[in-house]
Amino acid sequence: MAKYLLLKHYRGAPAPVNDVPMDQWTPEEISAHVQYMNDFAARLEKTGEFVDGQALAPEGTFVRYDGEGRPPVTDGPFAETKDLIAGWMVIDVDSYERAVELAGELSAAPGAGGKPIHEWLEVRPFLAAPPTITE
Amino acid sequence: MDEALLRSLTPSVLGILVRRGADFAAAEDAVQDALVEALRVWPADPPRVPKSWLVTVAWRKFLDSTRADAARRRREDLVDEEPTPGPVPAVDDTLQLYFLCAHRSLTPSSAVALTLRAVGGLTTRQIAQAYLVPEATMAQRISRAKRTVSGVRFDQPGDVATVLRVLYLVFNEGYSGDVDLAAEAIRLTRQLAGAIDHPEVAGLLALMLLHHARRATRTAPDGSLVPLAEQDRGRWDTESIAEGVEILQAALARDRLGEFQAQAAIAALHADAPTAEETDWVQIVEWYDELARLTDSPVVRLNRAVAIGEADGPRAGLAALSALNDSLPRHAAVAAYLHERDGDLATAARLYAEAARKAPNLAERDHLTRQAARLNARRR
Repeated sequence: MAKYLLLKHYRGAPAPVNDVPMDQWTPEEISAHVQYMNDFAARLEKTGEFVDGQALAPEGTFVRYDGEGRPPVTDGPFAETKDLIAGWMVIDVDSYERAVELAGELSAAPGAGGKPIHEWLEVRPFLAAPPTITE
Repeated sequence: MDEALLRSLTPSVLGILVRRGADFAAAEDAVQDALVEALRVWPADPPRVPKSWLVTVAWRKFLDSTRADAARRRREDLVDEEPTPGPVPAVDDTLQLYFLCAHRSLTPSSAVALTLRAVGGLTTRQIAQAYLVPEATMAQRISRAKRTVSGVRFDQPGDVATVLRVLYLVFNEGYSGDVDLAAEAIRLTRQLAGAIDHPEVAGLLALMLLHHARRATRTAPDGSLVPLAEQDRGRWDTESIAEGVEILQAALARDRLGEFQAQAAIAALHADAPTAEETDWVQIVEWYDELARLTDSPVVRLNRAVAIGEADGPRAGLAALSALNDSLPRHAAVAAYLHERDGDLATAARLYAEAARKAPNLAERDHLTRQAARLNARRR
């Protein structure tokens, strides 16, 4: 088994095929989309492949250490960050091929006109603990 | 077996151990062990007097653990002094426990966790599941909390307001898991109301009952939020509403108003309206005025703007809103709603989309996006 992160971007990924902002869909199309996402996660729980899924608020702040005894420096939020993560799902699957297959399914979530969004999702393997037997 | 009965005995059993001289942290661990033992043994072999059984087993667990401890010599003195079981002031002990677990030296998340375990009798695993954190993390949070309050004397008078704040958090910010945290908060508040006569405790209990009564109607089967005005009032829990109203009226009659009573009064006015249109918004505005005097909270003033919008029209609501800082959480959502009522659909749609981007949770975000979508579809 290997864990993969499926990353969804607000910005930074190539444009999807069905590229219409969500507030321009009909309320029914939004409901269908939400349902698809919930069903997808529920199905992966049943197959024993779901680990975690979270959504993030769009606005974030950059923070860094500023030396002994000083408060951290903060910067942002930036309106035009070029890469912006919207959320993720962590899956635990048997192969890279399975991870790609599932990301493809997730990307088929319906959008405007009830048609698949064809959204680009990023698939990133986790760096796992080293195996016991190495030779 | 009756798990609710078992859990309701937790605080008084813990109180007895502490009165016998056990330090709070060790006593609390011992009571947890006894609860686990009870869950294992009781189904096949129910005790005649559950509380005595728990006290005996918990005390034994406490002695076992202190004997095994490095500091055994010092603590074994306690064994010799083991008091004979006798009448105990259970109510006072319970109250002291609430105060201790909500002590102001604790952070809110620590106070919540400690209250649920030591007063509520939930296991660490159940609490961890409810708040979506790993069990080891929750175990650490609880043991740190116990260390923090270890120096607090058990008989010091406590602060009711901090206890109410913790119970409010359990009710309002509970997540999921196999424990119904809202129901648990009600149980603990009811138990507190039995231990102390205080109008704000009654006010909080009424507030919880009135909101809990609407719970089944607050979300659609697909998980989406249903706003108050669109809820199926026929499915509100009338028994819970009646109880909440009765408790609230008795509290208000004592003429010591506080913020929970005022919030409950608003909830009661909503519960009282047969339809959304028949809501007594004028009275609700008056209660928000009271609440603003009591708390000076910007969130209250935001909700007050909504109520003014209903009582005196959306323009009046927008005027009230303009006095508030637009960085307040949900400011954009309130503005969107008032603009929609005022007939300005383009502004409303833009603000709903903005509110969705700022939404603090997924259900609200989806709801606000749907509102934007609904208006945009109407404008096409």
